[in-house]
Amino acid sequence: MTEARAEPRKRPVPFRGGGFRPETRRGLGAVVLIGLLLVIEWGVAAGWISPLTLPRPSDVIATFGALHETGMLYAHLFPSLSRLFMGALIGVSAGIAVGFMIGLFTYARAGLVPLVAALFPVPKIALLPLFVIWFGIDEASKYALIAFGTFTPTVVATYGAVDNVDRTLIRMGQSFGLSWWSITRKIVLPGAMPGILSGLRISLAIGIILLVAAEMLGATHGVGAYILEAGSLYDLERLFAGVTILSVLGIIVSAGIGRIERRLLRWRV
Amino acid sequence: MELSVERLSHGYGDVEVLSDIDLRIPQGRVLCIVGPSGCGKSTLLRLIGGLERPGRGAVMQIGQPPADCLNPLTFIFQDFALLPWRSVADNVSLVLEDHRLGRAARARIVADVLARTRLSDFAGALPRQLSGGMKQRVAIARALAVNPAVMLMDEPLSALDAQTRELLIDDLIALWTRQPFTAVYVTHNLSEAVRLGHEIVVLSRRPGRIRESVTIDTPLAERDMADAELERRQKHLWALMRDEARAADAELIDD
Ligand SMILES: Nc1ncnc2c1ncn2[C@@H]1O[C@H](COP(=O)(O)OP(=O)(O)OP(=O)(O)O)[C@@H](O)[C@H]1O
Ligand SMILES: [Mg+2]
Repeated sequence: MTEARAEPRKRPVPFRGGGFRPETRRGLGAVVLIGLLLVIEWGVAAGWISPLTLPRPSDVIATFGALHETGMLYAHLFPSLSRLFMGALIGVSAGIAVGFMIGLFTYARAGLVPLVAALFPVPKIALLPLFVIWFGIDEASKYALIAFGTFTPTVVATYGAVDNVDRTLIRMGQSFGLSWWSITRKIVLPGAMPGILSGLRISLAIGIILLVAAEMLGATHGVGAYILEAGSLYDLERLFAGVTILSVLGIIVSAGIGRIERRLLRWRV
Repeated sequence: MELSVERLSHGYGDVEVLSDIDLRIPQGRVLCIVGPSGCGKSTLLRLIGGLERPGRGAVMQIGQPPADCLNPLTFIFQDFALLPWRSVADNVSLVLEDHRLGRAARARIVADVLARTRLSDFAGALPRQLSGGMKQRVAIARALAVNPAVMLMDEPLSALDAQTRELLIDDLIALWTRQPFTAVYVTHNLSEAVRLGHEIVVLSRRPGRIRESVTIDTPLAERDMADAELERRQKHLWALMRDEARAADAELIDD
């Protein structure tokens, strides 16, 4: 009966918590990206990736250098940025305004929700020829396309966010006799901000896609035109240089919104 | 200013929630409303505060609120209803911003009510950094800031633990003793009711009617938990409530 007399075995309670809460690790994203590029570089140099399928990343970087030196990088980048900025500005501000109206007014909701639902799934690129007729071949039609494309997702995100604002806070505002305008500005708007900002991420990504599409269909300068030209010449280095610009644009936009979120939503638990 | 509730009835759809309520809310006194869950206490308070339109009858305001009163009927909510993106001081200042007060006057009021609720050290904190009891004190400070003629409190202490509740009851009694305010205080906690109420109204199960009204004359500051008289009152109220709650349960079984 030695076993019965032995001390009961002692061991720590197994840990089962943790997880489900990803944290940001600074620089890890860059490590993944650079690692991938190094593998491709090595693959193309060693010959197990055909140079017809992928360019060497170092060649793409060299192309960037040339683009920068000739000034063509900026000749393409600035028109694209201004189109994206103008189009998204119009689309997002109109979208937030309409989203608020749908979120706050019965008649706007009844009248506009079906309309937005009808517009949302229409591929906006298909409407570019129409926009060219309406707004001309110049910048205006490109603004319109990007504005239209960012408008619908912003509306849907905004009115969803307004619907989700804590009603007890609004009732509190009313019980203290705050004006309608105060309640909207000081309670509904900040309360809807998290939803609006996460909608903005999607809207702006759609904006970048539409920017390229518009520039492919009718522009001499712009990242989209540059990519189209490179593609038709099967110039892989330049094609990938163009794609890289778009990716960087995407990263900058997403990081920018992340910054705004950290700033405006510090109050969140 | 006094309030009187006259022959008030209210329902949602086919469900009658309140039936024939007559109440008088005299100035400088705390009226407690108790009753079984779902009997319409919160609804009654919303009707009194003008957040909902009565189905029948009316809530009347007798006399004028004092001149420096910014919001005559002021609520204190069970879940505090603080704006999470504003600091303590800004949450209080929110309800003053719609009034022409001037920056200095507003800052003075905010500082005064935060001092009265012992929150001066937390003026810059966000709600998420506060304990439940402190959050409710912020809500009380916010209510005091508008100098209400009548405070409408819907189970203000129900979200708090027992110790915090005791401390806040003491706070409320101290506030009232220093400057008597008029209040309607909804609760289902009878010991709160007998400690804070000058008059306690018991509502019946739904549809809520006034079952009985009890007046307690002991001054608020002199009531302590061991008081035999209060004990007796509380037992009596509990007997009434228990009957109603039992009957409400039996109804559910019969259905
Ligand atoms: N907006 C509403 N629409 C429909 N029914 C409602 C509404 N508000 C309350 N009710 C119903 O009215 C009845 C009374 O609700 P009320 O919240 O006033 O009760 P209460 O006495 O405050 O209950 P509790 O003690 O649980 O807080 C309940 O049966 C509830 O379902
Ligand atoms: Mg209630």
